[in-house]
Amino acid sequence: MSCHPLPAEVPDALSRRAFLKLGVSVGAAVGGGLMLGFSLPVSGRGRDRVPAAMSVIAGDGIDTPQAGVFSPNAFIQIDADGIVTLLMPKVEMGQGIYTAIPMLIAEELEVALDAVLIAHAPPNEALFKDPLLASQMTGGSTSIRYAWEPMRRAGATARTLLVSAAAARWKVDPASCHAERGEVVHGASGRRLGYGKLAGAAAKLPAPVDVTLKDPRNFKLIGSRARRLDAPEKVAGSAVFGMDVQVPGMVYAAIVSCPVYGGSVLSVDERSARAIAGVRQVVRLDNAVAVIGDHTWAAKRGAAALRVEWNPGRGAAYSTAAMRQELRAAVQRSGGVARKDGDVVAAMRSAAQRVDAVYEQPLLAHATMEPINCTVSVTADGCDIWVGTQVPGRAVGIAAAATGLAPAKIRLHNHLLGGGFGRRLEVDFIGQAVKIGMQVPVPVKVFWTREQDIQNDMFRPYYYDTISAGLDAHGKPVAWQHRIAGSSIMARFAPPLYHNGVDPDAVEVAADLPYALPNQLIEFVRQEPMAVPTAFWRGVGPNRSTFVVESFIDELALQVKADPVRYRLDLLTHSPRSREVLQAVARMAKWGTPLPHGQGRGVSVMEAFGTFLALVVEVAVNPAGEVAVTNVFCAVDCGMVVNPDTVEAQIQGGVIFGITAALYGEITIENGRAQQSNFHDYRMLRINQSPPIAVHIVASAEAPGGIGEPGTAALAPALTNAIHAATGKRLRVLPVGAQLQTA
Amino acid sequence: MITFKLNGAAVSVDAPADMPLLWVVRDLLGLTGTKFGCGMALCGACTVHLDGEAVRSCTLPVGAVGARAVTTIEAVGSTVAGRKIQSAWVALDVVQCGYCQPGQVMSAAALLAAKPQPSDADIDLAMAGNICRCGTYNRIRAAIKHAAQEA
Repeated sequence: MSCHPLPAEVPDALSRRAFLKLGVSVGAAVGGGLMLGFSLPVSGRGRDRVPAAMSVIAGDGIDTPQAGVFSPNAFIQIDADGIVTLLMPKVEMGQGIYTAIPMLIAEELEVALDAVLIAHAPPNEALFKDPLLASQMTGGSTSIRYAWEPMRRAGATARTLLVSAAAARWKVDPASCHAERGEVVHGASGRRLGYGKLAGAAAKLPAPVDVTLKDPRNFKLIGSRARRLDAPEKVAGSAVFGMDVQVPGMVYAAIVSCPVYGGSVLSVDERSARAIAGVRQVVRLDNAVAVIGDHTWAAKRGAAALRVEWNPGRGAAYSTAAMRQELRAAVQRSGGVARKDGDVVAAMRSAAQRVDAVYEQPLLAHATMEPINCTVSVTADGCDIWVGTQVPGRAVGIAAAATGLAPAKIRLHNHLLGGGFGRRLEVDFIGQAVKIGMQVPVPVKVFWTREQDIQNDMFRPYYYDTISAGLDAHGKPVAWQHRIAGSSIMARFAPPLYHNGVDPDAVEVAADLPYALPNQLIEFVRQEPMAVPTAFWRGVGPNRSTFVVESFIDELALQVKADPVRYRLDLLTHSPRSREVLQAVARMAKWGTPLPHGQGRGVSVMEAFGTFLALVVEVAVNPAGEVAVTNVFCAVDCGMVVNPDTVEAQIQGGVIFGITAALYGEITIENGRAQQSNFHDYRMLRINQSPPIAVHIVASAEAPGGIGEPGTAALAPALTNAIHAATGKRLRVLPVGAQLQTA
Repeated sequence: MITFKLNGAAVSVDAPADMPLLWVVRDLLGLTGTKFGCGMALCGACTVHLDGEAVRSCTLPVGAVGARAVTTIEAVGSTVAGRKIQSAWVALDVVQCGYCQPGQVMSAAALLAAKPQPSDADIDLAMAGNICRCGTYNRIRAAIKHAAQEA
């Protein structure tokens, strides 16, 4: 979904009241200014100060705009004391966007990065829509691609107005003034005025018709390492995630969910639950029961004591085996055509040899470290929601649908996300919390245990791919045929984007290979699992497709006894940026030098999310067949870089996320129920298993690309290619699991 | 009422003795820095110190705390090792989403207090119980070594 516009499913949730409260203007008109009630500091202004929590939980502000506050656009406010507050159109879930967006604004606004305050944006599609996603949404590694130009323009607009205000006061030519570190300076006279003293006057000026953005050669912040603005409170324990919200009078709701997706509650015996001290109430929903307690422990104990009979529905006997059978049958059908170049059939017929393979990838849970939770307060005249969500507008939409309230009556208070990875693109749990809240007379925090978080997740789909190539006498592919069978997430998430039988996410990378291949046919066959909900997962379509194509290209290279790096380079004639990262990573990893017995190197290269990335993974496989990843090297060209430290961190973290999935990640279904439940059977890579990860950023003047997902998306094939190099065994089914183990 | 020592002060709570310490500090005392991650002592997000030793508060009944002093992330900065670890975490920008990091800091602070110059094997042993889904492990290791070098 990295570059497909999503339709705005939820109508603009902005009420006139909220709009006035926000006090900002669409476009360039200068608003009256205001104080945002939900702005709280992220970064300390003093070195030793432990900043306050960054989210507010009570109300969304002051009704009347405050005089003297300068707010030239939705993203910037400067008050009379010179305090700069930046409103974040994207949510922070670890990817560093609450540092990168302030860097973009501060670069042009000419303020010190460590002096700004940060606020979560309220739902407002008009103000905060990302055109790449056609929605106020954070995902698909689009944030920097979206923010790069408009955030700098927002900063430049504000700076231009502040300079104009100072020049007017001094009665000098604005061109003789400049801005630096929160002040406007008149060079000739040496006069200075802080932004706070200019805010009131600047707020009354008409918006500039156009502003000039800095030449990248003059960047002071962009491209240099900046420390994360959200680090101090995250290290101190004062950062507020959705799970940490405390509302006066709040109670806690533990959930017992139907273990089979699509099932429903038949009967509930509440007696044992109600006997537990601190249990207040039992709330029934169609497919779950909630036990309301004075604290989490009472609610959890009550939920454990509850006796519920379920109607499991038609998924009662469903299993991974049944799902695989459906997919194996589906992949025999011809599908929607995602790409057709040349004549694959004729080219395959005339090929010197043909290679065929089948690849399978499992269901995956997201397992964000912060389990699913949502706090709500529903009253006759409104609904407050405290949550961390990637989709504020959709959250308002589902709450409005559940309550029957107008969207303007839904007040969403967004928070830091303790991991997103696609899970918090979904609003299932927000709808559930609101339905519970409608039956509870006080504010209620609905939380899922880890077991529920894993077992009631919306899973990355199971994919079943067939792929074939015809090679000419020199071993080069002249025919390439790839068919993907699986669930279409897009058909549910953004229905208009699923058309002609093609899910544009599922075929991404597969239908846009960096390799020069003359005859290609790429197809998608939609096969929905009967009783398994599916959703986006970090790396999205490129993740699934890169595993298949980068494994298969390796198979072709080895089939014709070519070096896997050399073989790829020879096919990358049309993608110089892919060539460059591949050559760079080969140098980093000393590709071609010998490794001890039982060890191997594997490579992958990928173009996705506007980024070019190559990985080399080194593995050691012991005689028992246990795999250890010993080193990872990455060369990445993600265009112009905002914060190189974040790029490195996102690659390192993405690689770890990818190793976890490739080695262990698998949800299996039996009797309609997810078999895994917690970190003992849905394993995560731990520090003692983590390799050093070296990252080289290729200097680039191209437009910025995404960086949150590429490291994950390219990891699995490099790992299985390395296993092949170490053992001679080709793994075409993920995860690696116990496939190599002898005992 | 159960009385115990928390972050240097005596606190009394009206809680059943089997209630895990995690929910006592979070729900009854309002200290939300200590996180819920798994409820089975598998992930380390809930790590606190008992007399300086790292323990998982999600499976520790409050009634079992006894006379031992409980320290949470909110107060670990007042210990020498805790302060060093927290400043190393910021200096090296370890955090990403940050949800697991209070637990990581608590485990690392207990390690540094016990072993001022921890080896890689020491770090593996002390930190393997703390999962980071964002994958900040390279920087966690570097930050512990950084903290060990601070005077």
